[in-house]
Amino acid sequence: MAPRAGAAVAALLASLILAACGPDDFSDDERKIIRSLSLAELSPLPDDPSNRFADDPPAAAFGKTLFFDAGLSGGGDISCATCHKAERQFQDHLPRGVGVARTDRRTMPLAGVGWSPFLFWDGRRDSFWAQALAPLEDPREHAGNRTAFAHHVADAHGDRYGAIFGPLPPLAHLPAEAGPKGSPAQQAAWQAMSEEDRRAVDRVFANIGKALAAFERTIHPPRTRFDLFAEAVGKGEEPAGIAAFTPLEREGLRLFIGKANCLECHNGPRLTDDHFHNTGVPALAGAPPDRGRAGAVAELAADPFNCFGTFSDAPAAACTALRFMRSDDPAMERAYKTPSLRGAASRPPYMHAGQIATLDAVIDHYSRAPDAPSGTSELRGVVFTERGRKALIAFLKTLDPIP
Amino acid sequence: MPAQPATGSRRVMRSVLGVLVAVLAVYAGWKLLAPPPPEIDVSYNTVSADGLYQVMFETDVEPVPVGETHSWVLSLTTPEGAPVSDATILIDGGMPAHGHGLPTAPQVSENLGEGRYRIEGMRFNMGGHWEIRIAISAPPGDDSAVFNLEL
Ligand code: HEC
Ligand code: HEC
Repeated sequence: MAPRAGAAVAALLASLILAACGPDDFSDDERKIIRSLSLAELSPLPDDPSNRFADDPPAAAFGKTLFFDAGLSGGGDISCATCHKAERQFQDHLPRGVGVARTDRRTMPLAGVGWSPFLFWDGRRDSFWAQALAPLEDPREHAGNRTAFAHHVADAHGDRYGAIFGPLPPLAHLPAEAGPKGSPAQQAAWQAMSEEDRRAVDRVFANIGKALAAFERTIHPPRTRFDLFAEAVGKGEEPAGIAAFTPLEREGLRLFIGKANCLECHNGPRLTDDHFHNTGVPALAGAPPDRGRAGAVAELAADPFNCFGTFSDAPAAACTALRFMRSDDPAMERAYKTPSLRGAASRPPYMHAGQIATLDAVIDHYSRAPDAPSGTSELRGVVFTERGRKALIAFLKTLDPIP
Repeated sequence: MPAQPATGSRRVMRSVLGVLVAVLAVYAGWKLLAPPPPEIDVSYNTVSADGLYQVMFETDVEPVPVGETHSWVLSLTTPEGAPVSDATILIDGGMPAHGHGLPTAPQVSENLGEGRYRIEGMRFNMGGHWEIRIAISAPPGDDSAVFNLEL
């Protein structure tokens, strides 16, 4: 009896010491944070009350067709997928997106964007459908115009459109090319149309956006090795197989959720707080001044396709993002939306205009914390050891989709 | 090996227990000597700075969520417990440790009567210590209250 009790006490002691001192053991707090970053903790996709068709499967299928349809462009050669390539996390690996011409911003990946209240790097749109209308008319992207889009939908997709949104309006009497943002001739043609015709074409235009939105809502972030690891750690189990982390990956995770402060902005299951921050990323040489979020709030409030607009299906009370949007925050000068870090390791270059080429250079940026070109950077600078840098990068790679 | 005499076994037991007690004592001492967590009031019920109002809130999502826009119902009474139904209430806040404000501009969207007010547009974009400041203007006078939230 006695020796057995002695052994039990000794085992208890040993386990106490191990629990307290094991180098790879996470504290309860760390475990809680790790679990909070796992895909299993992602809330259900928020509703989009501004889009009645947001969760309509035929609308999503139609949206998928439109996403790849180069007929929705001025020259018949650009589709959403020109820049948002499905096999590359719906982005293009370029510093800045290139359609008819080169834009001033980097193409954003699309997985999980349905959880984000504001779209674009500066959040100048408040829904997927309102967002989709912007590249369609942008002269550097699709370079299309509204009557041409309506004619194209009638010619190429009339039946599918009708089955979802109801009959198309009469279009035969309308100019082939007209729109409020096109060439001077297209703008003049748009002005010459009756109010009623403009409104009918705007509705078709908005519905194109709503179908694209329904498709984009189906693009979810894929599970990663980190998720397998986090689920095991959350249950108090030792991760095994591909879920097991190397010591370097564990160190990187610990840095990420601890001393490196990354969690201040890259938090939650998508590793973004969906907010805007000035992190002192250099301005793009030769481009017009870019104020980030500070320059976007007024544009969003004035967008006729926003949640308060005529084509929104939401009662004004449901437009939470717009109703409680801050318009006065000085911290929004050159602030950009925190990108999700899921899949980031395998999609360089980085930042809103591809200013930083590699992950190494990103870590360097967080270490140096340079002054912002305008406004004030929120970064305070983190001192990394050589091994710490490697560890953070090793951890970021665990957020890549499992091949 | 001959069986250990009972006394020897007891001696082993006693020394093992001694070590255990010592370990526990060190642990307890460390716990006692470790600096206590900072003294902040994290209850959802507080008295305004000048003592004019008792302020309380409830949230529509429990626990208070991070990364989700949600609503509060704020209840306002005099210290004696009489509801204050005609107050003008402004909400502000932020994270003192990080020097930033709220990501949204929450507002009272509805006076529910009986000293209850719906506040919409509350949003916290990270875990940690948040401070919510409530400015109150009503017949008893102007005053303000602070809630500390640990998210
Ligand atoms: C010329 C390349 C290009 C084309 C074509 C293009 N995009 Fe984009 N997309 C971008 C760039 C660049 C950004 C970031 C722009 C900015 O922030 O100003 C972006 C941003 C987005 C975002 C915002 C994501 C987020 O996290 O906020 C969505 C959604 C999107 N595009 C969907 C579409 C859809 C739908 C189409 C087709 C109608 C489309 N894009 C066509 C380059 C393109
Ligand atoms: C103050 C908020 C904040 C903190 C803290 C922060 N980030 Fe970021 N991060 C951002 C924002 C905002 C961007 C985009 C900035 C831009 O494009 O101008 C970004 C971009 C990135 C990118 C590029 C992603 C892409 O798709 O372009 C990576 C990688 C990254 N951060 C990793 C980290 C790591 C690792 C840490 C901790 C060392 C960290 N971040 C800390 C806000 C933050």
